[in-house]
Amino acid sequence: MTKAGTTVTAARAPAPAARRPRRRGIELALIVLAVLLSVYGYCAAGLARTGTVPPDALGYGAGIGALALFAHLAVRIRAPYADPLPLPIGVLLNGLGLVLIHRLDLETPGDRAAPTQLVWSTLGVGLFIVVALLLRDHRVLQRYSYVCVVAALVLLLLPILFPAVNGARIWIRIAGFSIQPGEFAKVLLAVFFAAYLADNRNALAYTGRRLWRMQFPTGRVLGPIMTIWLLSVGVLVLERDLGTSLLFFCLFVVLLYVATGRTGWIAVGLLLAVLGAVAVGHLEPHVHGRIEDWLHPFATIEAGQGPNQLSQSLFAFAAGGVLGTGLGLGHSLLIGFATKSDFILATAGEELGLAGLTAIFLLYALLVERGYRAGLALREPFGRLLAVGLASIVALQVFVIAGGVTGLIPLTGMAMPFLAQGGSSVVTNWAIVALLIRVSDAAGRQHEGQEAP
Amino acid sequence: MARYIRHACAFCALLLVALLVNAARVQVVQSRAYDANPANRRASIARYAQPRGDILVGGEPVTGSVDTREQLRYERSYRDGPLYAPVTGFASQLYGSTLLEHAEDGVLSGTDPLLAPFPLWNDVTRSQSPGGDVVTTLNRAAQEAAFRGLAGRKGAVAAIEPATGRVLALVSSPSYDPSVLSGNGEAVGSAWARLNHDPEKPMLNRAVHETYPPGSAFKVVTAAAALNAGLVTDLDAPTRSPDPYRLPGTTTRLTNEGDGCADASLRVAFEWSCNTVFAKLGVDVGVRDMTAMARAFGFNDSGVRLPFAVSPSTFDPRVDKAQLALSSIGQYNTRATPLQMAMVAAAVAEGGLLRSPYLVERTTRRGGETVAGSGTHPVRQVMLPSTAVRLRELMTDVVREGTGTRAAIPGATVGGKTGTAQHGVGNSGVPYAWFISWAQADSAMNPQVAVAVVVEDASANRGEISGGGDAAPIAREVMRAVLGR
Repeated sequence: MTKAGTTVTAARAPAPAARRPRRRGIELALIVLAVLLSVYGYCAAGLARTGTVPPDALGYGAGIGALALFAHLAVRIRAPYADPLPLPIGVLLNGLGLVLIHRLDLETPGDRAAPTQLVWSTLGVGLFIVVALLLRDHRVLQRYSYVCVVAALVLLLLPILFPAVNGARIWIRIAGFSIQPGEFAKVLLAVFFAAYLADNRNALAYTGRRLWRMQFPTGRVLGPIMTIWLLSVGVLVLERDLGTSLLFFCLFVVLLYVATGRTGWIAVGLLLAVLGAVAVGHLEPHVHGRIEDWLHPFATIEAGQGPNQLSQSLFAFAAGGVLGTGLGLGHSLLIGFATKSDFILATAGEELGLAGLTAIFLLYALLVERGYRAGLALREPFGRLLAVGLASIVALQVFVIAGGVTGLIPLTGMAMPFLAQGGSSVVTNWAIVALLIRVSDAAGRQHEGQEAP
Repeated sequence: MARYIRHACAFCALLLVALLVNAARVQVVQSRAYDANPANRRASIARYAQPRGDILVGGEPVTGSVDTREQLRYERSYRDGPLYAPVTGFASQLYGSTLLEHAEDGVLSGTDPLLAPFPLWNDVTRSQSPGGDVVTTLNRAAQEAAFRGLAGRKGAVAAIEPATGRVLALVSSPSYDPSVLSGNGEAVGSAWARLNHDPEKPMLNRAVHETYPPGSAFKVVTAAAALNAGLVTDLDAPTRSPDPYRLPGTTTRLTNEGDGCADASLRVAFEWSCNTVFAKLGVDVGVRDMTAMARAFGFNDSGVRLPFAVSPSTFDPRVDKAQLALSSIGQYNTRATPLQMAMVAAAVAEGGLLRSPYLVERTTRRGGETVAGSGTHPVRQVMLPSTAVRLRELMTDVVREGTGTRAAIPGATVGGKTGTAQHGVGNSGVPYAWFISWAQADSAMNPQVAVAVVVEDASANRGEISGGGDAAPIAREVMRAVLGR
């Protein structure tokens, strides 16, 4: 562990002759595999629904392939030491998400979401390329941490000016596009948390008063971060976006723990979480209903009102069984509202079965693990915290929404990263992957003893 | 810091494990319960995703399937719906199914494991076999003749092939068109309400699910019991029965419609349907033997399956002598379905052998390949062969010169028995007209058809109600249809 404030060691001797493989070839091969898998899924869904291979399958494959190839080239040029896994995983999950949304579109001709999603995915990959090309070193972000936090709060507050949709006030509409600014705020807040904690972690860990074996940091250090955090959570409660609020909360606790190593933080965090949950659960009828649904998913059926969304989602997962019905052969549209966004995983569960669902979870797990790996390899605290923060965002997002639709935890609306319909979410997650690539490249360079260019 | 990163990583791994375990819980452990939840529409969607198999009469389907392009894609349709409704029943997306549609649902909907090419094939491939067909034993001409004969009057007809137990006709009137119940729209709901509240009860299957007092038609059973017990050895010997007959232990006097019943022989009494003679015979036979004979014919048996259940016909075994006297002429608590009375005629025709009636010849795959035969049909010796011979003689006399002359068919031997059954409080209801009979073409080795007809026509005059007048012509037309004359 390095002390705060120390810079990375000066450049060592020039690299030895026996160089570590950069593994870009593996990345390319995996990308080709990911594109082929997506095209295969596209064909399978088309075959099952209409009996013919969709004529635009080649075009679709070429489009995704070209996008992925550009991203790969950007990595090759600017981040040659990066980890080879995050990009193919992103491509595969995004391609699979497009297939699932397209497959649902086939049954809802009046409401097509896949073309829009494709545009957003292109934008996301574009952002990935821009970040990869322009951000030479992640440590630049540290300087802009306060800009990030201001931007994040502005983004979080924006939707208050717009009307609520389905009980949540999280969208803004610009030129016919609806955007969820809260999605972008995730990354910005993660950057800010990482920067702030990297600067102040010693103060947080070793100063302040002792209260019966518990070390409490001084208000001066704790104040700003608590304020920001409370503000963000407060805004979210106002906007009724519980999933994101839960995500921020957990992210904050995890980063605080990683930065200071104080288990006390976890205890305090859990206590606050329980208090917050109980309070919100009692005060907010919306939230209270979600908790009731989670405890008794079939209550509406027993009351003779027909199945609610959660029970329909459980039915879809159950119908999939171990191997799934096959793409295009399930009936997840019975879920009704939000099938393509929050409940997209139910379609995956029904049509790909437990096997497919496990594969998807493992893809996310690999992405998260790669983030942590980069964090462990780096030697400076900001990079470490940033990597851990980004990986945790992915992990927590997956857990909150996947746990919600499978009845593990109360359902809170949130987009499944890369899979779900939701432009802002796709773009944000591509940004996360770009930052992970950048961080892992830094870790690789450090291993090679090279400074960032 | 590395240590804490590892801890955080372990925490994320824990979340992953929780997700996987929970997914396995939902998708594997509890999946059956979720699939079977009545609110889960998947089973219905799968069921109606393919055309339903057909019910065949004489090699021709009497059912069909209509592609509605809705979520529940195929709806049941019927050709000659009202004619075959007492056999097919309905198959509704809202109200389930009845009769053959219900009993053979596994074959028709394709879920029967026997339809799969290999055992467990469908479970592994998640496929569903195409619906199979059900080949019935019905005779189209007989069915149509019966329906035509009833002509919308309330009543029912059941016809059986005595040698095998195959049901040749099963008609109930007034009937309804089952196709109005097939779908799931609003029209189906209103049709359901209309049919259920109709005072004419068009959805009641009178041939198997309604029991009537059989009246004089039951005298076949009483005669069989008397002959079997040896109480009567000579058909032409006087029976020493008074007219009117005072019911034992009461002051009630039983009378007859016609004259010449006092001390009449069994042949005359049977020909002219003398109540006094048969009431006394029943009392002389005794409750034990009467009950045993009725049971042998199929009364008090709730186990008959065609494959759908038939309402049990009743002969009350706990009666005093006066009640036994009334029971023996088909009154009091004696009640029978038309199918049961057809079985009585069939047992007489077949020399005392009674074969369980059945309606399904075989079930086949979509292409016509047989999946299952009709199974085994138990045979029962109801009475001594000699008793059956004498009963046949009595029944042919009825048609030749008694109350059932209107059932005669040229070129065939026909035996029958009329019945006019009193019912209602104080017998105030309009009597039911019964006719049970069997027929054997002169060229045939044994009788080819046994039939029972009941007409309950509330609009007719009391005087005109008689088995011989109303029911016999219908029976004749059905028998002619089977004999091809």
